[in-house]
Amino acid sequence: MIGHALPEFILALGILAMLLLGALGGEKRAWLVTELAIGVLGLALVACLFQPSGATVLFNGLLVDDAFGRFMKALSLVGSIATLLMAMAWFRRRGLDQYEFPVLVCLATLGMMILISADNLMALYLGLELMSLALYVIAAYARADARASEAGLKYFVLGALSSGLLLYGASLIYGFAGTLGFAGIAAELQGPASLGIIFGLTFLMAGLAFKMSVVPFHMWTPDVYEGAPTPVTAFFASAPKIAAIAITLRLVSVAFPGISGEWRQIIIFMSVASMALGAFGAIGQTNIKRLMAYSSIGHMGFALVGLAAGTAQGVEGVMLYMTIYLVMTLGTFAAIIAMEIKGQAVENIADLAGLSSTNFPMAFFLAMMMFSLAGIPPLAGFFAKWYVFVAAIHAGLYVMAVLGVLASAVAAFYYLRIVKVMFFDAAGASFDRASLTLRSLLAGAGVLVMVFWVWPGPVVAVTHHAARALMQGQKP
Amino acid sequence: MIDAIVFLPLLGALVAGLSGSSLSARNAEVLTTGLLMLAALLSWVAFFQYGLGGAPLDVHVIANWMTAGKLSVDWALRVDTMTVVMLVVVTTVSSLVHLYSIGYMADDPSRPRFFAYLSLFTFAMLMLVTADNLVQLFFGWEGVGLASYLLIGFWYEKPSANAAAIKAFVVNRVGDFGFALGIFLVFALTGSVSFDTIFAAAPGLAHKTIHVFGLDANAMTVACLLLFMGAMGKSAQFLLHTWLPDAMEGPTPVSALIHAATMVTAGVFMVARLSPLFEFSPVALSVVTIVGGMTAFFAATVGLVQNDIKRVIAYSTCSQLGYMFVAMGVGGYSLGMFHLFTHAFFKALLFLGAGSVIHAMHHEQDMRNMGGLRKDIPFTFWMMTIGTLALTGFPFTAGYYSKDAIIEAAYASHRFGAVFAWAMVVIAAGLTSFYSWRLVFMTFFGTRGALAVAGHHDDHAHDDRAHDDHGHGDHGHVPHESPLTMLVPLAVLALGALFAGLLFRNSFIGEGFAGFWKHALFLAPGNHLLHNMEEVPTYISLLPTLMMVVGFVVAWLMYIRWPGSAARLAGANPLLYKFLLNKWYFDELYDFLFVRPAFWIGRLFWKGGDGAVIDGLGPDGIASRTLDVTAQVVRLQSGYVYHYAFAMMLGVAAFISWYLAGGVH
Repeated sequence: MIGHALPEFILALGILAMLLLGALGGEKRAWLVTELAIGVLGLALVACLFQPSGATVLFNGLLVDDAFGRFMKALSLVGSIATLLMAMAWFRRRGLDQYEFPVLVCLATLGMMILISADNLMALYLGLELMSLALYVIAAYARADARASEAGLKYFVLGALSSGLLLYGASLIYGFAGTLGFAGIAAELQGPASLGIIFGLTFLMAGLAFKMSVVPFHMWTPDVYEGAPTPVTAFFASAPKIAAIAITLRLVSVAFPGISGEWRQIIIFMSVASMALGAFGAIGQTNIKRLMAYSSIGHMGFALVGLAAGTAQGVEGVMLYMTIYLVMTLGTFAAIIAMEIKGQAVENIADLAGLSSTNFPMAFFLAMMMFSLAGIPPLAGFFAKWYVFVAAIHAGLYVMAVLGVLASAVAAFYYLRIVKVMFFDAAGASFDRASLTLRSLLAGAGVLVMVFWVWPGPVVAVTHHAARALMQGQKP
Repeated sequence: MIDAIVFLPLLGALVAGLSGSSLSARNAEVLTTGLLMLAALLSWVAFFQYGLGGAPLDVHVIANWMTAGKLSVDWALRVDTMTVVMLVVVTTVSSLVHLYSIGYMADDPSRPRFFAYLSLFTFAMLMLVTADNLVQLFFGWEGVGLASYLLIGFWYEKPSANAAAIKAFVVNRVGDFGFALGIFLVFALTGSVSFDTIFAAAPGLAHKTIHVFGLDANAMTVACLLLFMGAMGKSAQFLLHTWLPDAMEGPTPVSALIHAATMVTAGVFMVARLSPLFEFSPVALSVVTIVGGMTAFFAATVGLVQNDIKRVIAYSTCSQLGYMFVAMGVGGYSLGMFHLFTHAFFKALLFLGAGSVIHAMHHEQDMRNMGGLRKDIPFTFWMMTIGTLALTGFPFTAGYYSKDAIIEAAYASHRFGAVFAWAMVVIAAGLTSFYSWRLVFMTFFGTRGALAVAGHHDDHAHDDRAHDDHGHGDHGHVPHESPLTMLVPLAVLALGALFAGLLFRNSFIGEGFAGFWKHALFLAPGNHLLHNMEEVPTYISLLPTLMMVVGFVVAWLMYIRWPGSAARLAGANPLLYKFLLNKWYFDELYDFLFVRPAFWIGRLFWKGGDGAVIDGLGPDGIASRTLDVTAQVVRLQSGYVYHYAFAMMLGVAAFISWYLAGGVH
């Protein structure tokens, strides 16, 4: 049984070791702790990838270890590792390289892993709070920066509100179903659902939607993305999104398959509204981090299209979408973090003007990211949208698919505008030479989105299997 | 051999056109001219082999072009008498024009381009005449149209040249539209575009009907009329003739090659080639006859009063093409082809002679500013006179045999419309004689008009440069004889104009008819035209010659005996004069009927349709609405935590209300 929770154990023990090391060694150990954190996360990733196949329930039904969970946990770990890699040098240059940051990232990651594995509302809440509390802190990590403090505070206040909503929903469900286990809830929900269960589900979804940052629970996103230190924004945009999407998928598929007609209505609304708001909101932005905030809202909307389908194919689409989204986001943020002029970070789209003449490789790969985010074939972003829209079409959600395509057409504008600024505008001051880590991350992500179409087989096979496993688990 | 004839000009065009500055202008000239002369030589060999000799029909398939369902089109070269006649005409005139252009275009900076275009045209024309199917014919047809467009607009700095080029292209599109429909219909009827298959199927289709526009029409008649529409456009027949006079904006050698000797006769060639189809549609042939007669008369009347030396010859060409169609219409395909053959020589001669005059006058084209050039450029004068004699049908010259035969044929035919056509071509014969001699008298006799050579240069932006480049210095504005490269072609063509009729009459339309044409032409069993022509009364045979003499005498009286009487006559009949001078107001009519409405519709769709509706509601409209929405969305993002929290609560409340209001199933 311990073996099935090995990644979580590795991470938890690693965190204790890091804390100890940091507390004893003080500031001087920050670099070492960061490297240790990367190592521990990497070890957890390996453990996660080499788990025995099949599904096993752990800790008396609190957690479950299955193919779906392993896949999503691996994605989260990749996001966390990439964040730490990008953040190390960035924080050091600003004198912010304390050992707490890697520890907090690892704690958040541990929360995500528990969240993803949760098979019980209690475990869900524990994982969510573990993740969120760490995230509140690192949002305000640049304490001296007023914007970062404001971002952290806003995130905390609104996050507390959302936790309250979620807890209220969980208590309602417990009241009406008499159990907290997902499988138990599903067993109770035979036949028409009572209004109390629907209320509970609604509040529960509101709490999870806040973490996914979908409309109308998205309002914190632009402010926090803009205010938080850029590596933290990269983290927010990647790993926690994966975890939130994963638990939402698991919750509705395992606990509420009997009332899929009800929860799909919420998902459809949130999905369409997010796609539209992400597309329209981003057009008005001049700050690239804020733009990426709206972009992520829109992408969460696209991902939910697959969930709205309510089928195994839809779940598979969401998993693929999140995989590709993770790669695109990390690549794009690697480029954004590299936007520094004489050691000073710049964040405006206009600062990218003429990048193609001053730094062609960076401009090229960033352009690939933008084309991919816009969903232009044959880049990976196109296939991400393709999978979820195909699932929606097969589920008969034609209007939704059409709206989604229209939203992606609007969204294409602001992605292409960045390409236009980089390639056709007069060059401004050139950026500092980025570190090898950032350049490799950007190039690696660029190559991945460019060659995905050549050999998508392995990823598709894994997600196909995991999605089927998740959906079959709902009918014991 | 046939491959060499067809593809040598293409080789020349490609080398001269694509090598850019790496090939000097002189080399480009020599190369293209040399290749063309070689092709001409081979053509004459082929002519003796296939025409005068006994070589049978030869179809040489090069490659399959396309196959789609039932449709199969080959690149194939068909060699029979019809083809070799055209080969001889095209390559001979083309090689002479190439040679002539070396002298005429000597001052032009973009000669390689000019020679590449000329050779490209020749290739396309050869593809046209060697076509073994309708689609390849159409390929050549469009190819010559393209080359014509490029050459008319060769001096693209001149707006008038561009306008003329576009006009030629657009008017030809009208005809080609009909041609293309005709090809479609033929394919629909016979399931093939290959000549042999079509011709074999033609007799069976003679009484087939098709349903068009609610009418049952004879399929063959519809097909032939559509195909003839293409011929009308290319051969500048009445109603579709307007582009030809304007095409004179091109360099004069171009006018001689394309707009006199070869391309404009493609329509005539096409009708003759498709004689196995036309023979089964008396209605279509009557239409051909009437249109031909009308054109012959109309163009001759307009030619009477034109002052631009090239325009006179252009209208003359138009008129002579009318003659050829009259011959086709009454079933005398060999007569039409014979006139095409002889006309190529004397009309090219006239154009090149006119070019020599224009060259001598430093690019002056208005005959009113000429006069008395006989003494300055005697050789050109004599060549022009020979051309005029041949055109007007002076006994034993080329035109005497071919043109007069057509007039007789029109009289001898019993086809509906033949009488009308006969009257038209007889009158036109007199008019032809008049305007041709008028041209000679105005140009070469009398006293020099207000020789304001320099003053008239402002009209010709390009000519200014050409003139400056002349660098004649002390030579001043005295007309000068052209260089040898221009005079030799004149002499060769003059030989053709004098003797082509005499030498080939027997083969083309006389006793040797059957042996010469073999199966290249098809005559329906009831077509006894050549036989009937022998029974035409003598006074009818003499009528054209009489008309020629009358025309000459009137011209002599008006321009030599009593100079100035022409102006008085014009003054006395201002309406008629203006009517003719303005070409029956066809340009104005078309401008009113088609051009302006087209522009109006274009502007409507552009400003209204595209600008206001599509751009306004489409890209621009959607873009600005998008920005409006964006502004609203961005405004929502106030930055206040309580606004954000309120939005969240509102969201939850909305979901709950939705379920309470009946969303739960």
